[in-house]
Formats: sequence, structure tokens, C-alpha cells
Amino acid sequence: MNFTLLAAQTADSGTKMEIGDAAITAIFGYGVVFFGLVLLMCVLYITGAIFKSKDAKAKAALENVKKEVEAKPLAVTPADQPEAPGSAGHVKLHGVPDKEAAMIMAIVADKMQTPLNELRFISIKEVK
Amino acid sequence: MNIVETLEKLWNDSGFQSFFVDGGWKNLIMIAISCVLLYLGIVKKFEPLLLVGIAFGCLLVNLSYFGPESTDALYHPELWSQFLDEESEFYHSYGHVMAHGGLLDILYIGVKAGIYPSLIFLGVGAMTDFGPLIANPKSLLLGAAAQMGVFLAFFGAVCLGFTGNQAASIGIIGGADGPTAIFLTTRLAPELLGPIAIAAYSYMALIPMIQPPLMKLLTTEKERKVKMEQNRNVTKTEKIIFPIIVAMFVILLLPSTAPLVGCLMLGNLWRECGVTERLSDTVQNALMNIVTVFLGISVGATTAASSFLNIKTLMIIALGLTAFAFSTIGGLLVGKLMYLLTGGKVNPLIGSAGVSAVPMAARVSQMEGQKANPSNFLLMHAMGPNVAGVIGSAIAAGFLLAVFGK
Repeated sequence: MNFTLLAAQTADSGTKMEIGDAAITAIFGYGVVFFGLVLLMCVLYITGAIFKSKDAKAKAALENVKKEVEAKPLAVTPADQPEAPGSAGHVKLHGVPDKEAAMIMAIVADKMQTPLNELRFISIKEVK
Repeated sequence: MNIVETLEKLWNDSGFQSFFVDGGWKNLIMIAISCVLLYLGIVKKFEPLLLVGIAFGCLLVNLSYFGPESTDALYHPELWSQFLDEESEFYHSYGHVMAHGGLLDILYIGVKAGIYPSLIFLGVGAMTDFGPLIANPKSLLLGAAAQMGVFLAFFGAVCLGFTGNQAASIGIIGGADGPTAIFLTTRLAPELLGPIAIAAYSYMALIPMIQPPLMKLLTTEKERKVKMEQNRNVTKTEKIIFPIIVAMFVILLLPSTAPLVGCLMLGNLWRECGVTERLSDTVQNALMNIVTVFLGISVGATTAASSFLNIKTLMIIALGLTAFAFSTIGGLLVGKLMYLLTGGKVNPLIGSAGVSAVPMAARVSQMEGQKANPSNFLLMHAMGPNVAGVIGSAIAAGFLLAVFGK
């Protein structure tokens, strides 16, 4: 094996720098780090704002539904259909079987973390 | 068979006689240093997963390498000097290293090629929750501020006579990020890898001792008592989009950061996307452990007495401490500025967590905050700057690589 002198392994990498150049490099480097992370911060604020507005829209829609439910008078119960004790009225089903309607109402109650007997469903319609 | 001749040959071949010739005493000192490092890793639990491997690598190389004539050594510095010498016929010849190297030479190829630090970043990404940073993007400013030590130590190293490449490698110790320090040093100043890796991992382990005095010195009791508002909830979609956005922006800004930032963000995407649990689990555990084994022992191998025992090592250790201290100070000062600008809503203690070293630095912020106000919970707020520091140190390394790399 043809080894070079041991001294060669400790040879310095690169060349010496002027102190002034080093100061400029340090300041510029620190600036680049700030620039990169500030740029990233702006992007995160923009994406955050998009998601916040989506979240706000969803919340507003939910609030509107709640308000509508509170504002509307109780649906007129058909005289020939007697209400169950504690019932908030009848729900109109449009192309939805009873079992699926029951499941939907249970899921909505679970997601809203509100007891089912405190919610009132006006109608359930399958969107095709 | 001539028994005397045989005994003489055995003695001449043994490492024991090497201690008495041609600077062999330096190996004895290095063996003592490796024992101290083993003690710190095992008994004091200073970053034991890496420090124990580094210390044992140091022990192995100094037991087997006494100079160019040590053909049975596990690691041969000459091979790597030929590898780096543009005029050598073996310039950048991994084949030459494979053919003539020892076990640690072959393992070191993974360090030299930048494979191990990148794979470690893959695991770090898979283990990191960027939620606190996404919820509070201002944390990125603290992560940027805490790179101050990198550039001050770089400047200090140039003033002390180091070359630009060496100064850049020394400065990155202030990023408090071991894989980044190793990645940059192997590219810019491989002759300093041993002392820089040991300084970086030792100081990372010493963060609970280095940071608190500076935190107390630079903040008032009133500032430390500040309780911060809870961060907003971050949706799953935001967490999935985050690594893609960061990879795109940071790599486009500084292409030299691609191996580190790319792996960090790929690991994080595997964690967050919800359809690659098996891969996320593998890189967090099995792969991370395997790479840690190879990384520790091969970095330790670079501490051959002939290249480690010199005044430069002491200067690197001093500059490394300076880098850590000033990075902490930089984070704290911007934390104080945010405290003033927000009318006292930001606790400046979270600024010191910007030095990376996840999650140790965030835990220190939490502990200091609770000392001032027992009902204070700063951990999740400090995790934002903490993970921002990882990205910040990768950008700092990318900048230095772009300036000094070939």
C-alpha cells in the first residue's frame, strides 16, 4: 500500500480568510437564515389563514342551522300521526330509509356532543 | 522454531510496544479520553446512544492505529487523505478504501458520503410533531435568532486562524444539531470531524447546565412568570401539507440543504400522512438505531491520536461552547423582543429552545418557566422554536456549504 506522509492527513481544508470577509459572511449568513425562515413563516400564515377561514365557514354554517332550527316554529304534526312521548316532532325523510335516518341522527348528535333529545331534525334528504 | 525470535516478533507486532515508540504515548492519552467519554455516556448519561459508540470507536482506533505502518488498523487516516487529495490517483476512490481499509474505514464511507446524517434526519422527521410550529409560525423567528452562535463562532474561528471551511464547520456546533454538524464537517473540513462531533454531542448533553444561567441572566422574574395562551388546534391536512411546503421552499432557496431537509420532511410526511405507519415506525426505530450504531462508531474512529491531540481541538471545544452560549442568547433576546411587542404575551424563555437539540432545549424552557411560576406550562410553546431550530440550523449549514463547498 502506498501511504502518503502522516502529515498529509492533517492538512487544512480550505484557505485562510480575511477578518473583514468573515464578518460580512457571518452577517450575510445570519440574514439568509432569517430570510428563509421569515419566508416560511409567511407561507405558514397564509396556509393557516386559509384553513382558519374554512374552519370559520364550517362553524358559521353550523351556527346558521342551529339558529334556523331555533327560530322556526315547531313543524305541524300531521293529525293522523300521534307523537311519541318527549318527541320534538316528525322528521321528513326524502328517499332515506328509517334505519339510515336513525343512524345519521345518532352520528350528528355524537359529533356535536349534544344529547339526541336536545336536537331537532326537520328533514333528511339524500343528495345524489 | 526459534522461541526467542517468535516472542520478539509477537512483541514487535503487539500494540503494547507501540506505546513506547514514535509518539505512541499519545494513543495512551486518547485511550484515557475514550474511557472518560465512556464514563460520561454510561454513568452521566450524556447523549449515551451516540456518545458510547463514539467513545468506543475512539478506543478501537487508538488501540489499533499507531501510524501508517499499522496495516491491521481498523481505520486508516492516510486512506482518507489520499481520498481527499486531488493529485492522488485515489482521489474520491471509494474502491481504494474498500480494498485496503479496515472495518471502520468501510463504515466511515456512510459518513463521508453524507448517508448517515441524512438517514438520522429521516428518523428525526418521523419523530417530530411540527404542530406547535404550524400553530404559531412566529416561532420560526426564534429558531432563526438562535443561529446567532453559529455565525459568531464562525467569525471567532477565523480570527483564531482557522480556514474558512474549518471555521464554518466549527460554527455549526452552535446549531446544536449533531447530524447537521457531521454532515457539514465531512464536506468542508473532514480533518476536524472527531473534535467537532464530540464537542457537538457533549454540549447538547450539557444544555441543562449551559442554558439556565443565561436564561436567568437575560430575563426578569416577571418575564419568566408569563403564562402563554393555548395554541390553536392544527388540522391533519395542515400537518400533511407542512413538510411538502417546507421541502419546496427551503430546497429551492438553498439546494445544498436538500439531503438534510428533504429527509427530515420525508420522514415527517410518513408520520403525518396516515397511510405509511409501517415506514414511519421503521425509520423512527429500527433504521434510526442501525444508523446510530454505524454513525457513532465511525465518527469515533476519526479521533486518531495523531490528528486529535493538538491545540486546535482545545480551541474547537472553547469555540463550541461559545457558539452554544451565543445561540441561546440570540433566542432569548428575540424572545424578549417578542415579549415587548406583544405586550407581555410571549414568555421569552421559549427563545432559548430555538437552538434545536430537540426536545432537551424545550424541556429546559419548561423547567425554568415552572420554577418561576409552578402553574406555567411552556413545553408545547417551546417545541415550536425547538423544531424551527432544526430547520434553521439546516439552512445555516446549507448557506455555509454553498459559500465554502466546492
